[in-house]
Amino acid sequence: MQNKTYDIIIIGGGVVGCSIARELSKYNLKVALLEKEVELAFGVSKSNSGIIHPGTQTKAGSLKGRLCVEGNILIRKIAKELGIDFQEVGELIVAFSKDDIAKLEEIKIEAEKLGVKKMSIVDQSWLKENEPNLSKDVVGALFIPSAGIISPYRMTYDLSENAAKNGVEIFTDNEVKGIVVKKANDLEIMTTQRVLKTRYVINAAGLFADDISGMVGLDDFKITPRKGQEFLLDKKRENVVNHIIFPLPTKTSKGVLVIKTSDGNPMVGPTAQDVDDKEDLSTTDDGFKEVLSAVKQMIPSINDSDIIAYFSGLRPVAGEDFIIRHEASVPGFINVSGIQSPGLTAAPAIAKMVCSILQENGLTLIRKKDFKRYRNETTHLFKISKDKARKLIKENEGYGDIVCRCEMVSRKEIEEAIERGATTLDGVKFRTRAQAGRCHGGFCTTRILKILSEKLNVPITEITKRGKGSLIVKGKRAR
Amino acid sequence: MKERELVIVGGGPAAMAAAISAHESGVKDILVLERDQFLGGILNQCIHTGFGLNHFKELLSGPEYAQRFIEKITGIKDIEISLQSFVTNLNSDKELTYLRPGEMEEVRARAIIMATGCRERTREMIHVAGTRPAGIFSAGLAQKLINSEGLLLGQEIVVVGSGDIGLIMARRFTLEGAKVKAVVEIQKESKGLIRNVVQCLDDFNIPLYLSHKISKIYGKHRVEKVDVIAVDDNFNEVQNSRFEIECDTVLISAGLIPENELIEMAQVEMDKKTNTPVSDEINKTSVEGLFVCGNAFKIYDLVDSVTKDSIIAGEMAAEYLGYKK
Amino acid sequence: MKKEIICIECPNGCVLALEIKDGKIVQVEGNKCDKGVVYAESEIENPLRVLTTSVMSEGLSVLMVPVKTREPIPKDLMLKAMENIKKIKVKKSVEVGDVIVKDLMGLGVDLVATRSVR
Repeated sequence: MQNKTYDIIIIGGGVVGCSIARELSKYNLKVALLEKEVELAFGVSKSNSGIIHPGTQTKAGSLKGRLCVEGNILIRKIAKELGIDFQEVGELIVAFSKDDIAKLEEIKIEAEKLGVKKMSIVDQSWLKENEPNLSKDVVGALFIPSAGIISPYRMTYDLSENAAKNGVEIFTDNEVKGIVVKKANDLEIMTTQRVLKTRYVINAAGLFADDISGMVGLDDFKITPRKGQEFLLDKKRENVVNHIIFPLPTKTSKGVLVIKTSDGNPMVGPTAQDVDDKEDLSTTDDGFKEVLSAVKQMIPSINDSDIIAYFSGLRPVAGEDFIIRHEASVPGFINVSGIQSPGLTAAPAIAKMVCSILQENGLTLIRKKDFKRYRNETTHLFKISKDKARKLIKENEGYGDIVCRCEMVSRKEIEEAIERGATTLDGVKFRTRAQAGRCHGGFCTTRILKILSEKLNVPITEITKRGKGSLIVKGKRAR
Repeated sequence: MKERELVIVGGGPAAMAAAISAHESGVKDILVLERDQFLGGILNQCIHTGFGLNHFKELLSGPEYAQRFIEKITGIKDIEISLQSFVTNLNSDKELTYLRPGEMEEVRARAIIMATGCRERTREMIHVAGTRPAGIFSAGLAQKLINSEGLLLGQEIVVVGSGDIGLIMARRFTLEGAKVKAVVEIQKESKGLIRNVVQCLDDFNIPLYLSHKISKIYGKHRVEKVDVIAVDDNFNEVQNSRFEIECDTVLISAGLIPENELIEMAQVEMDKKTNTPVSDEINKTSVEGLFVCGNAFKIYDLVDSVTKDSIIAGEMAAEYLGYKK
Repeated sequence: MKKEIICIECPNGCVLALEIKDGKIVQVEGNKCDKGVVYAESEIENPLRVLTTSVMSEGLSVLMVPVKTREPIPKDLMLKAMENIKKIKVKKSVEVGDVIVKDLMGLGVDLVATRSVR
């Protein structure tokens, strides 16, 4: 494996890196993707809210805005091709006063410039009909029907799976330690495990994009992590809202939202706070209080006791806009950095843009004749009809063997997740939702550990929560 | 759809007592649905003694207590026991859907007794700030991993909450060779039985911090340490009282919540605060012929009391089905 | 000498007020039943505890067989007993009450199964 030469190496296995990998896998190219964590989607992408933004609240003329609107359209096709569950639920930006309504008009005009369609200002009677749990203090809202939701992890996994099927080599647990620029379009990447040669490098390293860029001598941007704490509600509250609910935005954030998710559990959040540590994923009591009080203004019936889980994510902020460019001083090095919100939405458009940049900089793209465009949808019992579930259980008894009681995940689904690349408890959780429900794995962790150990053929004492030193058990009785 | 006279959901002490009692009261057609591979429920992992003093006038371990019911119930041919059977749906017409390996079954019952037990409160529910590394376990999960799987979870343990399971697990960890550095309880008194404070903590010199709470968990990959802080009578943090304890494991023993998501599906009127059916009479719900017993009805201190009240549930179901006392 | 201890014989957890003379109990107060007196005497002279744990199995339907000492053993010997018990492996079916180790560590107490495992 040493010193193999690639056309392109992508650094970073989040939704951006995997979108680029899948797009490039359509062409006759030798592509590799490097991820420092033991599984994909373990960085920024794992704590994404899953909103497919329509393009409002991004400045007309910005790269973000253009890619968001394009991505919103592209994602529908990709979701169909890869069997990813995308739902166009629409969003409401709510107003509490007449002045607010005027601000909504401004947002509408700005968004129309970007190409967002079918927006309308709706009144209280519309809201009463279509969003009954909304506070009576809300006097109107901007309704943007093209907003949607998707699972950020499943999207990343499905993209990577399809990319791998089309020839992209994926190396997890390979942290990039150094890049040597030999000459133009001749770069050598050293990871913790191997050395790879390549003509082009795409830096999609999320929070660490500035470090990677620094390895080739570029220091013109810095990633500042902006922490967001998110709170998940019990699945019982699945229908607490019918749309994604936004307050009016502030300067630094889109505010605290009520978000429908693909998994069914509504999410509330996020907070927005600049931090120094790129690995600081702690949550705070203040964050909890801040989000809950902000959310209650919009949906008064959401209570403390509805919240079953919370987590922090870090947005990789590098100034106002995305940084997507070929670095002329290092021929072959392309930055895809500072991809904060709406990065998930923009990812498919970013992938297309990267292809154009590659072409402009000397790479010839020839379409593969045998590109495998489609992928069979992953089975999730909680998402399918009773009749379909009955049929599946008859065909494969493992679908009738429930492992996770809260989210109703069967043994077979967990085995499939492992076959698709899950090697850790979190990897299983992100793919299947097992352990993500109200009991937090109190019931199912034991069985998942055993299934992982059996399927991966490793002792239970080596199974981790999310790789590195995150061992679950520290020893066992002599067997 | 198959019709059954009485369906009992669960296979722990409450379900077994209710099934046997319903049968003794005349019910001839009983289906017991247990999701695990064995009957006995949580008792199978409660290997300590402390059970049976009221019901059997003997001091038994959990598995021994369960065994007596298992032997009795498996000897009754009118009771069908379906293991690895997981109920996914219940409606107010008392129609149930359950899954087992290879089959999805649907059944309409004339009466139902829900004996679905309870689940543990999580770290998220008691709002402990900090990171989410490996090494945070609910006490019941730790109990299962240690007692039933023979696994050692860590070397240095801090227990959050002094409920009985937390106390019992502090002893278990000690016996397995780990060091339990503290049990931290936010209330002024232990929530567990006093005998468990004596034989699980005092016997092994494990410190119990009353009126204290864990305010933060640290650790990137595995738990590294926790912050402990004193609280006043209103649970407000006492200034300058914070101290750290290094540990690799945090055990959460912060109480139990009745598991009643199925009866919620059946439109039973619920008390949202306790997650139990609203009822002025034991084992009853707002849906006629749908009964709830054991820890699903309310959290009990002793399994003996669960047995006692679940026997009544069996009798109530029999009476509802028209069998005279 | 006066001393207070808590009886652990049952969930009542009676607080026993003891009057001790020359290492022997002369009076017990606060006990709701006779067990309290027996417990107090043992607790002062030679504290005993029933040890419960589980042992590994091989080829049986569950991985661990729960066990207990049929009678209480000296409190101070519990950790030492654990060292011995950890090495045990049960290889054939057992019923509740079956002896797993006869005369554990020469204490005159058997270690017995508390679950029937086939």
